[in-house]
Amino acid sequence: MVENRPLAALLTHAVLIAGILFLCFPVWMALVASTHGPGALAHAPIPLWFGDQGWQNYRQLLTGGLPEAGGVPVGRMMVNSLVMALGITFGKIAVSIIAAYAIVYFRFPLRMLFFWVIFLTLMLPVEVRILPTFDVIVRLDMLNSYAGLTIPLIASATATFLFRQFFLTIPDELTEAARIDRAGPLRFFWDILLPLSRTNIAALFIILFIYGWNQYLWPLLITTDEGFYTVVMGIQRMVNSGESLPVWHYVMGTAVLAMIPPVVVVVAMQKLFVKGLVESEK
Amino acid sequence: MHKRALFKNPWLPYLLLAPQIAITVVFFLWPAYRALEQSFFMEDAFGFSRQFVALENYAALFHDPGYLKSFRTTLVFGLSVTALAMSLSLMLAVAANRVLRAATAYRTFLIWPYAVAPALAGVIWYFLMNPSLGIVAYWLKGLGIEWNHYVNGEQALIMVVIAATWKQISYNFLFFLAGLQSIPKSLIEAAAIDRAGPARRFRTIVFPLISPTTFFLLIVNLVYAFFDTFALIHATTEGGPADSTSILVFRVYNTGFIGQDYGSSAAQSVILMAMVIGMTIIQFRYVERRVTY
Repeated sequence: MVENRPLAALLTHAVLIAGILFLCFPVWMALVASTHGPGALAHAPIPLWFGDQGWQNYRQLLTGGLPEAGGVPVGRMMVNSLVMALGITFGKIAVSIIAAYAIVYFRFPLRMLFFWVIFLTLMLPVEVRILPTFDVIVRLDMLNSYAGLTIPLIASATATFLFRQFFLTIPDELTEAARIDRAGPLRFFWDILLPLSRTNIAALFIILFIYGWNQYLWPLLITTDEGFYTVVMGIQRMVNSGESLPVWHYVMGTAVLAMIPPVVVVVAMQKLFVKGLVESEK
Repeated sequence: MHKRALFKNPWLPYLLLAPQIAITVVFFLWPAYRALEQSFFMEDAFGFSRQFVALENYAALFHDPGYLKSFRTTLVFGLSVTALAMSLSLMLAVAANRVLRAATAYRTFLIWPYAVAPALAGVIWYFLMNPSLGIVAYWLKGLGIEWNHYVNGEQALIMVVIAATWKQISYNFLFFLAGLQSIPKSLIEAAAIDRAGPARRFRTIVFPLISPTTFFLLIVNLVYAFFDTFALIHATTEGGPADSTSILVFRVYNTGFIGQDYGSSAAQSVILMAMVIGMTIIQFRYVERRVTY
């Protein structure tokens, strides 16, 4: 602040608090609803403070699941989500760091063609090519498998570009010194480049973990067997469960469970997250 | 920028690129090509035979009032989400940039919704606005507004706009804040010495200086609203009531998977791909050149 304006300062805090209320209120209500029984949520107005059914609801969700949603325990769905999120994250990082290494540190025929092919993936989100992609998955027999959930999503233009940008800032002298010491390309990559990329990898990890965890359309296409449902996508079965009305206390409990891992990652590693987000997208 | 120090190896770079390229070709380029090809054919109901129909699938789309309506819905939805999410987050970012006390605490509370999946954001707002028990619907009734997104298409659209905006604010906030923090303090101070008040300073200095960020966010938000909100719609309104929230990406899915009309779905895919490619190109051209001011 440049000058002292008490009124403006007051307004500033008011705006921020209003914003926070708007952002936190829905999740507060979800938390509250997940601790009540069906009776309390049958008619308006629903309670604004916690009930006493929380423990019971969450235990039922995590271990028992709901018959309306295929009877898969939410615990199982969360394990599936975790496998998918980690598979996508590690896969993307591994695949794109070596691709960026090849593009930056080697000159070879067709280099620019490969660069553009990778770049193209940026422009083709799953949402716009749903059917033919599904077709490929069916032909490769990847329905209802962890491979199907992860492998098609691990090509990443953004991660490749981030590593490329970073490698370009590494001084050439390092490479020269390594070569004088007779380090080959793989040795240089493993002993010098990889340790230097640690912070970037960590920042990217957060962004990609959230990306992987929050996948929706992909698991929707890939899984017909309830045992492979992920939590973000499985919740839809509870909401739109046909004839019966949604069981809101369970739906909200599932929503809370589904957002805990990514929210914890963001809040706990806030600095790295901000760095990862601002650098990987710009 | 290029490296002077390079490694020489006839096959290693290809090996390093192989996984990325293989996945891209199999899961991105091949399906995209198939969509393009399929869009020129019409398949019979059982998928036994197909016939080349040139641009008929496209022509049919543009004569289909449902599709044109979906275009309009997408536009209304996308522009509303973008305008709301950007203006609210700019306001929050300006405020957060001013405070000295508790800045980190404010920031933490403002960024966490980034981690919430669009589907979950949708489901929670769907619950809050549920006509029979939702708390927001109850409050609205107190204000004399009868809320029922199950029958009222306009209200259903408003609901998904709110949910999509809610989810996107954190993202925009972070980028705006980063943009604001990169403005040199001396510029602001110089203007203050020249007796420009906060509003004037914002209009003549701050806003022009963050215009690259604003432009970047404009494209990102439109792409988000057009394509990433599929989950939000699918998990809540499922396009209804009466197609009032059926945005283009939802329609592609619906035509293909539910309606089994592959030719039309493919044609819709191609149109969407053209839209994404167009927007990405615009973004990169301008990010390279920066917005001039």
